[in-house]
Amino acid sequence: MLDTALMISLTLIVLAMSMNVYRLAIGPDIPDRLLALDTLYVNSIALIVMLGLWLNTKTYFEAAILIAMLGFVSTMAICRYLLRGDIIE
Amino acid sequence: MTFYVIVEGVIAFLLIAGGVFAFTGSLGMLQFKDFFMRLHGPTKGTTLGIGCILIASMLYFTVTQRELHVQELLITLFLFITAPVTGHMLAKTGLHMHLRFFTGTRGSVPEFRDEDVGQSRVARPARAKHPWKHRKAKRSRLRR
Repeated sequence: MLDTALMISLTLIVLAMSMNVYRLAIGPDIPDRLLALDTLYVNSIALIVMLGLWLNTKTYFEAAILIAMLGFVSTMAICRYLLRGDIIE
Repeated sequence: MTFYVIVEGVIAFLLIAGGVFAFTGSLGMLQFKDFFMRLHGPTKGTTLGIGCILIASMLYFTVTQRELHVQELLITLFLFITAPVTGHMLAKTGLHMHLRFFTGTRGSVPEFRDEDVGQSRVARPARAKHPWKHRKAKRSRLRR
């Protein structure tokens, strides 16, 4: 039962990531692409956690938390650059 | 033995619910008409889906390795704290850059300062395009 649920969930996450990449390619403005990148890193956290479930290891947990922190900081940096024209004033 | 069956069912339900929520959030981001509508999908649906998947992982490792794992709860709390901040900053960026919006979407709030919204108080409405039915749409420039 767990393997079937894991396969269904992996399929849905990969479909969601492909839709994010499509929005990243066709996004008409810069904030659309930024939103697509933001959703892409959040989905990649889910993918890494499910890879850890699939291989039954805890090794990938540090990668997940690193992606979470760096993704938030980079999104904030690009938002501030678009808002003020400067990251650290 | 029936305890493990129940926990396995709970983990499977949480995994499938997380996948469905994340898929729905990304589908909303692909399918909605303008940027301010597109902001709703990832900031709510995807965050809830990731929370479900991380809690499923936490339950799995807690049950199989017979010790308490709270590290996934750390990522969950971090994502639940940072997702509204990201959504707020993205909405401010969209208001600042005067993006095209669908006429049903209200533009700028007059309580905002000039530096948040830009020069004119009202963002200009435009007819929103479907994501893939109008591929020849002119690329809207950034209006400063």
